[in-house]
Amino acid sequence: MSTPNVDFATWWAVQQLYADYAAAVDSGQWDLWPGFFTDDAVYRLQPRENHERGWPLATLAFTGQGMLKDRVYAIRETLFHDPYYQRHVVGAPVLRVVQGDALHCEANYAVFRTKLSEPSTVFNVGRYLDVIVPTAEGLKFARRECIYDTELIPNSIIYPI
Amino acid sequence: MSAIPAPETLAWAGDATHRIPFTAYTDEAVYRRELERFFYRGHWCYVGLAAEVPNPGDFKRTVIGERSVILVRDAQGGLNVLENVCAHRGMRFCRERHGHRKNFVCPYHQWGYSLKGELQGVPFRRGLRQPDGTVHGGMPADFDTAEHGLNRLQVAVRGGVVFASFDPDVEPFEDYLGPEILGWYDRLFNGRELVLLGTNRQRIPGNWKLMQENIKDPYHPGLLHTWFVTFGLWRADNQSRLRMDARHRHAAMISTRGNAGKASEVSSVSSFKAGMQLNDASFLDIVPEPWWAGPNLPEGAPVPTAVMTTLFPSVILQQQVNSVSTRHIQPRGPGAFDFVWTHFGFADDDEAMTQRRLRQANLFGPAGFVSADDGEVIEFSQQAFDATPGGQALAELGGRDVGDTEHMLTETLIRGMYRYWREVMEAPE
Repeated sequence: MSTPNVDFATWWAVQQLYADYAAAVDSGQWDLWPGFFTDDAVYRLQPRENHERGWPLATLAFTGQGMLKDRVYAIRETLFHDPYYQRHVVGAPVLRVVQGDALHCEANYAVFRTKLSEPSTVFNVGRYLDVIVPTAEGLKFARRECIYDTELIPNSIIYPI
Repeated sequence: MSAIPAPETLAWAGDATHRIPFTAYTDEAVYRRELERFFYRGHWCYVGLAAEVPNPGDFKRTVIGERSVILVRDAQGGLNVLENVCAHRGMRFCRERHGHRKNFVCPYHQWGYSLKGELQGVPFRRGLRQPDGTVHGGMPADFDTAEHGLNRLQVAVRGGVVFASFDPDVEPFEDYLGPEILGWYDRLFNGRELVLLGTNRQRIPGNWKLMQENIKDPYHPGLLHTWFVTFGLWRADNQSRLRMDARHRHAAMISTRGNAGKASEVSSVSSFKAGMQLNDASFLDIVPEPWWAGPNLPEGAPVPTAVMTTLFPSVILQQQVNSVSTRHIQPRGPGAFDFVWTHFGFADDDEAMTQRRLRQANLFGPAGFVSADDGEVIEFSQQAFDATPGGQALAELGGRDVGDTEHMLTETLIRGMYRYWREVMEAPE
């Protein structure tokens, strides 16, 4: 473990990863989503209360590409829900730790939801706790935890945060 | 207390309950009477798991109906449920959702209460003595602290789950459930130590009864939920039984998984996906558990893989394969309720079983592969109820009467619930 410090090119790539991820999950092209993760990546969407009290339950907890792809299939084919747009606003990431070639970062996020013929509302607010690693295809998330403050989910969450 | 006027808008057909007026889900006066008659009188309501407050002084804040209550373990290890209303100015003094206290103090005027709710002290109770010996202020001489404790509810604890009632005359919890439902309750909560896995919270913009109905409706899971029909977890050709208590307020839907992936008459439904393969089969890494058979299994009957129990009015007990949870219904006006899921396991689970329960939790909750759409359909029903007050919901699958069945193609549990609902709601004050 060393002092958090990386060269500019790496930091630029991290910024680009965050921006590309947000653009992808707001685009409706759900097939893009698993591509941001390593083969055995962990994705978790967890209430802040569970995170802080050490309770393991997450609202969604996936490990590996297979589970992410199954979620994409469910979004498109098996979950009946009101259609909505989502829009992520992600704060500048903070680099916490560099461990070998893994970067431990976090960033605040807010997701707005817009249902058809309805005003936009605040949908899910929290922070990402991420582990980012270099791969042959560029930087990817080895771990992305979305720890949300939002005390009550407005009915349901269908799309990836 | 003055009687709430009976709403004129409830147009039931005779004494039947197979057509439910939309206004039962929207009318403010109906809703106020429901709170009074179901949540605040004559019923046991869910509060939490004893495992949430393991040590003396541990507390958890929650609600019964719309009233704020605190579950707290006292120094002797007893469980108390106290209304979160200061006896002085009515303030909801407890703001944390959980924590640890030696006593409760209302910050407004520092009235202090024991963990059993007894008023311990009132600042300046005897006034303030002046240099000339006179006393200014203070409470009247006949003020008795014993008469001004917190409202302390009746408490029932069974199998590690805590229920409470505002009603001092409420019947014993076991009688409230009745022998049939008690058997299914004890199957899940058979005295083993419970281990908390965590909670999920959602607000569903629909009337609270719609969630009771959703889990008294075995018709929809094999139609709405692709995962259930395709993987055989819940579909019309599974061996199933529906059971109620004598007053039809509680119910258990009992089913045994079968025919996963197989086409049949049932799989002609559009949600069945013959070609659907999971990329990761571990979502459905199901391991049967010895307690699934339960104490009530008739000779030759298949071991249930899912038992969904509705305890009226406040909670659903979920066992779907290895995923077990309580689902707490917290009404918020006629048009919304908060739905709090508490997932748990058992102290004798090994790590693999804990991980299995957590993985299968992906099917349930506000983003679950199965449950997310239940909240959605409830919202869309409520939208129509609000806009079309003259309408009626129809519940005639399997006939118009009420009774236990040996299959799931019936809405008898919904008709039963409304038979009880009418009994209570239409009774004179």
